[in-house]
Amino acid sequence: MQVILVVIPTLSLIFAAVSGRMGEMSSAMLAKSGEAVELVISLCGIICFWSGIMRVAQRAGLVEKLARLLSPIVGFLFKGVKRGGKAAGLITLNIAANVLGLGNASTPLGIAAMKAIAEESPDFCGSATDDMIMLAVLNTASLQLVPTTAAALRAANGAAKPFEILPCVWIVSVYSLVVVVAAAKLMCFFAHKRRKREL
Amino acid sequence: MSVTDWIIPLITVFVLTYAAFKRVDVFGAFCEGASEGLKTCAEILPALVLLLVCIGMFRASGAVELLTKALEPLCAAVGFPSEVMPLVVLRPFSGSGAMAVYNEIASSAGADTFAERVAATLIGSSETTFYTAAVYFSAVRCHRTRCAIPAALISDCTAWIVCGAVVFLFFGA
Repeated sequence: MQVILVVIPTLSLIFAAVSGRMGEMSSAMLAKSGEAVELVISLCGIICFWSGIMRVAQRAGLVEKLARLLSPIVGFLFKGVKRGGKAAGLITLNIAANVLGLGNASTPLGIAAMKAIAEESPDFCGSATDDMIMLAVLNTASLQLVPTTAAALRAANGAAKPFEILPCVWIVSVYSLVVVVAAAKLMCFFAHKRRKREL
Repeated sequence: MSVTDWIIPLITVFVLTYAAFKRVDVFGAFCEGASEGLKTCAEILPALVLLLVCIGMFRASGAVELLTKALEPLCAAVGFPSEVMPLVVLRPFSGSGAMAVYNEIASSAGADTFAERVAATLIGSSETTFYTAAVYFSAVRCHRTRCAIPAALISDCTAWIVCGAVVFLFFGA
């Protein structure tokens, strides 16, 4: 982040100097800071609404319900955790919260799940276990059912039907989910094989 | 009217009714969640001001056009709008940065264009990979992440092509 914040403005300054657009750039800087406020205001409504609805869903126990539906998948993806144990429970809750788009709830659950995995694997000493990799990697893929931010951004920019991209988002999400899981499984598998051969 | 028009209303009605049957204080829970949403918005504002200015500078200086033009041949080969390429590069690093770039694309290409839809789909279907991985692994003081980052990047580095193709199939260019 630090690097980006130095490189981009510096490059821009050089470019503007060369192409003689310093005046445009200077006024763009003023205009953009105002635009940021307008953007947040126009995003705010949808984000508040959806956070509210999802909090209601959480209170009604829908996260736990979804977690129960997901537990067979978790058993298949995470081979090292105990069935019905603390880590397995936290992992399913983390995934369920992600699917429902409960960003504020899913991160603490995920962190707790990481710690629980560490407790359940006695030989953990700073090098990630297969299950830790799987959990982190699942969270870097977007599991969210309703991409609120993307829709809110579209609405703020005057799209006629902000949610029309939902099917596209789902297809791409499923694609990256499958790729990420397959890649992690394969890489872990080959790493273990190599280690066995070395022993 | 299309199927996607149904999704949000259906989820909303389902959640509200289900919660009411479960005797949840629906109004109270909603307000609690919504005020948390408000807090989120307030928290992203400072970051967005800085990033929108930086990215606005980059665009106004003419650097973006040059970059887009340089990437044109690669993008044309897979039918991807080259103006969305900066978003592909920035997405794994910064969430609010991605929002700023999206806004730039949407305001210059216009709403409901191919580039705008691809950009929005990309934002909706990906995560801030590096940030997420850092949060999760640092929670257990794990310094050797092995194949986690490569696995995540394999998906990030190919998903944009799929993204362009899927949006093309649904909406055309």
